Amino acid sequence: MTWALDHLDEILTRAVQHAWLAGLPLVLGLLIALPLGWLANRKAWIHGTLLTTTGLLYTIPSLALFILLPSILGTKILDPVNVIIAMTVYTVALLTRTVADGLSAVDPATRQAAVAMGFGPVARVRSVDLPLAIPVVAAGLRVAAVSNVSIVSVASLIGISQLGYFLTDGYARTFPTEVWVGIVACVLLALVFDLVILGIAWLLTPWTRVRA
Amino acid sequence: MNGALLDWFRDPANWTGPDGVPTRVAEHLRYTAVTLLIALVIAVPIGAWVGHTGRMRWLVTGANAARAVPTLGLLFAVSMLVGPLIKSDLAFVIPSIAVLVLLAVPPLLSGTYAGIESVDPEARDAASGMGMTGSQVLWQVELPCALPLFLSGLRSATLQVIATATVAASVSLGGLGRYLIDGLASRDYTQMVAGSVLVALLALVADGVLALLERYAVSPGISGRASRVARTRATSRATADSTLSVGPAGATALAGTSSERDRT
Repeated sequence: MTWALDHLDEILTRAVQHAWLAGLPLVLGLLIALPLGWLANRKAWIHGTLLTTTGLLYTIPSLALFILLPSILGTKILDPVNVIIAMTVYTVALLTRTVADGLSAVDPATRQAAVAMGFGPVARVRSVDLPLAIPVVAAGLRVAAVSNVSIVSVASLIGISQLGYFLTDGYARTFPTEVWVGIVACVLLALVFDLVILGIAWLLTPWTRVRA
Repeated sequence: MNGALLDWFRDPANWTGPDGVPTRVAEHLRYTAVTLLIALVIAVPIGAWVGHTGRMRWLVTGANAARAVPTLGLLFAVSMLVGPLIKSDLAFVIPSIAVLVLLAVPPLLSGTYAGIESVDPEARDAASGMGMTGSQVLWQVELPCALPLFLSGLRSATLQVIATATVAASVSLGGLGRYLIDGLASRDYTQMVAGSVLVALLALVADGVLALLERYAVSPGISGRASRVARTRATSRATADSTLSVGPAGATALAGTSSERDRT
């Protein structure tokens, strides 16, 4: 406890780095997964191809991906960009299916009503389908967020600065307190992500709280 | 880079001895198999019992909440705690396997539980109506029907274990992770990339084998491969797709309720 208080500044700095490495890919991943999920939902063959491809990418273990990306992208191994890209890949893999599921769960009657009211295809997706898919997409995002926070800590093995540093450093120095501080900090960060996503989804879906 | 990588794979020295590719792959597979076996023995009976009786669901939720704990931290913490207590070569292996089991149990548990939970109540009623006893219903109806979700749980558990066993090289476990961690220590980037390629291949092959198993082990009546069933089910296509589809994200289908592909 004393150790944690003495190193509060360092913990906060690394927590911000960790939040950045885990959070930015969530936003990027969502932005990529939305159109992909929409495409997957329109044609059966796109559905199969997309989900198989993203599934294969998801299969590659994170430490291997962190090491492989520099040789594919030509980046430096210590470049945090590798982690951002790897995490974005995982997020997209996870969310494409969620977005497709969320969109396909929209009641066809609602969709027809929107068409009958004169919504064009784009306007319908934007103002009817997507908002209705928010709860499902948010559930997928929460899973992705928790898993991202955990995976990012692995990047400390190759020397990327974030909360995982306390894990590797504590282990190297045989100093369990530091490892536990790192674990608790990661869990707390995951919790913060979870609450933020829940909060945003809550704000975006006021109609779910209207009593009949 | 690619030339160096090819040279690494062509170098006979990398294919023999305790540090050779065959040995490392065998080690990796052995850890994975031992872990999965232990995890199956723990998770399947509990998952089946919770799903069958509907009691103690908090076990499944609790196991899933533990996902937020970073695997790397768990690995280090357990190694530091348990390692010094063991006075043999197994000092590194036992804590790592323990953590791997800990990580493999939640997806297996929620796969088994969700599979049995999702069995059509009418099928269950029909089975008891035919005079089946509780255990007959479990063995002959619920477990076969639960197979698709159970197998997607097994797939996520397997990938999780393969990935984490790689990371566990940092606590001195053998296996393919050695190339990544040792390469890092000696700044041998080629060796790291070669190891990463091997790990990725191993994960892809393991996932492919399980996908095939999923395809052939699941009864045609359940997977929708039987044409008659497919026709009657055509209306509920969307639901069938999301629960039964083949794909590593199969576990994602049950994510809404419980399990998600855990990653390291």
